[in-house]
Amino acid sequence: MDFTLTREQQFVKQMVDEFTENEVKPIAAEIDETERFPQETVDKMAKYGMLGIPFPVKYGGAGGDTLSYILAVEEVSKACATTGVILSGHTSLCASLLEQFGTEEQKQKYLVPLAKGEKLGAFGLTEPNAGTDASGQQSQAILDGDHYVLNGQKIFITNGGVADTFIVFAMTDRSKGTHGISAFILEKGTPGFSIGKRENKMGIRASSTTELIFEDCIIPKENLVGKEGRGFPIAMKTLDGGRIGIAAQALGIAEGALDEAIEYMKERKQFGRPLFKFQGLGWTVADLDTEIEAARFLVYKAAVNKDRGVNYTVDAARAKLIAANVAMEVTTKVVQIFGGYGYTKDYPVERMMRDAKITEIYEGTSEVQKMVISGKLFR
Amino acid sequence: MNIVVCLKQVPDTNEVKIDPKKGTLIREGVPSIINPDDKNALEEALVIKEKEGGKVTVISMGPPQAEVALREALAMGADDAILITDRAFAGADTCATGYALSGALKKLDYDIIFAGRQAIDGDTAQVGPEIAEFLHIPQVTYVEEVEVKDKNTLKVKKALEDGYETVTVKTPVLLTAIKELNKPRYMHMKNIFKIFKQDIKVWHADDIDVDKSLLGLSGSPTRVRRTATKEARGKGEIVNKPYKEAVTYALSKLKEKHLI
Repeated sequence: MDFTLTREQQFVKQMVDEFTENEVKPIAAEIDETERFPQETVDKMAKYGMLGIPFPVKYGGAGGDTLSYILAVEEVSKACATTGVILSGHTSLCASLLEQFGTEEQKQKYLVPLAKGEKLGAFGLTEPNAGTDASGQQSQAILDGDHYVLNGQKIFITNGGVADTFIVFAMTDRSKGTHGISAFILEKGTPGFSIGKRENKMGIRASSTTELIFEDCIIPKENLVGKEGRGFPIAMKTLDGGRIGIAAQALGIAEGALDEAIEYMKERKQFGRPLFKFQGLGWTVADLDTEIEAARFLVYKAAVNKDRGVNYTVDAARAKLIAANVAMEVTTKVVQIFGGYGYTKDYPVERMMRDAKITEIYEGTSEVQKMVISGKLFR
Repeated sequence: MNIVVCLKQVPDTNEVKIDPKKGTLIREGVPSIINPDDKNALEEALVIKEKEGGKVTVISMGPPQAEVALREALAMGADDAILITDRAFAGADTCATGYALSGALKKLDYDIIFAGRQAIDGDTAQVGPEIAEFLHIPQVTYVEEVEVKDKNTLKVKKALEDGYETVTVKTPVLLTAIKELNKPRYMHMKNIFKIFKQDIKVWHADDIDVDKSLLGLSGSPTRVRRTATKEARGKGEIVNKPYKEAVTYALSKLKEKHLI
């Protein structure tokens, strides 16, 4: 077991750290306040190959590994969780699904522009009545000659209003239950496909979280991913990878908040001495630092196991469970350390606390992660 | 156009602390970075290459670990990297450094040599100009804009304290970059996963065109007699008075100390 990052991974961390400091951090508060999607940041990430880190060079990617990509999500999320989820949704849920399950033709046509960052990706599974119970899909795709006709609705779709390439799930045979769900590639601008309401959210406010609406939407038959009826396992396997991305986002939020606390505690004085000289606060921060480090190694382990080709479902569930917990714990305590100032928008920690909450909810709630882990223990 | 960029690996002085007793830098735990002005030099070289074609080579004199700085330059887009390293260079002042680098540069084909204005650890701004002198080529320092007129001619804007000067200069030429020249790019992800498979050329004293007696400490005319650390100043005094009274008070204090 080696806890040292490779030279490549160290460079990725350094590059994304510099990028975050100059390009992400300065606008994080503004885009949160105005809910403005940071298109300029996405364009810059594309320019530097950040939207295709873990994909092979032959598919337009950087030829990196999963841990490098995870480090990138972590670093940007230290300053801006919105940017973290844009990157994670695009990479883990859309592009990665195509890399794992797409045909060579589908990869050439859709993965290459996604990995190059020419296009942005999204993933549509959740529906008004199919959240944690993703098998309750109401959307339906009926085969009609050389195409499917898709009807239905998705909600809470990350990058919904801004993506070019969508992976959507729909029932192709309702009688078969989860074995009747299929996955499709859908392009923006397809007739019958429209973007519905954009959610006004508690956190990650600048990310575009929208409804997708399908009304007799025509999908060419060749845009079916995998075989008909294989959509559910494709979604679940993809979410295993997605969870590592969200775990990295949560980890980044926690680290960003702790960094803010450390700076604040050096400067802020009460009773004639800086806050860090109060043992109670020093110990609180020591606990938070230790929790972050514990979460980090579960997140990195899941990423490394994904690349090793071993089953990492439980690793990913543990990583997301602990990282989301830690993000909530750290941000809540850091706001407390800041006191009244922490509750204002003069400091970024209230935003971090709002951003942290979603990591316990999306891409499988913390309860779902516990179902996955206990399922393995009592198999 | 062939461009060689001289760069130096330096401690990130934002993170450096000075040992108050010994007066030396505390290097432990301080990250090493590419000297900031050198990054501007590299950026401009890459911009010129993108427009005019050619090749960008980065060269650094330093200990073996300076390889990391060269790798970073490759990840930013440089084509080739050369590390000049040898125990014979140890203790070199700016003169011996400029001489050693010029000895390496004589072996390369270049139209432009780019260097940063100065390194943040030494702050001398001497090495660039010294290289040009050793190579007998023209130099323009404090460059804030470069325009390539043709393969042999550059129009260069040089910053002055109170304005700028435009200089038309023939290649080969040495330019030193200031931060106003451009905004350096980041490393590119695709390069990061490629450049560790690339060889970095390592040249020792025997590989370059120099008189070895002029290298390192023995080739350095500089002698350090002593170093001193600036004493931390007192906290000062905050005067809470209406501005006119405050000015009068400040003036009286300055007079009292015979400063005015």
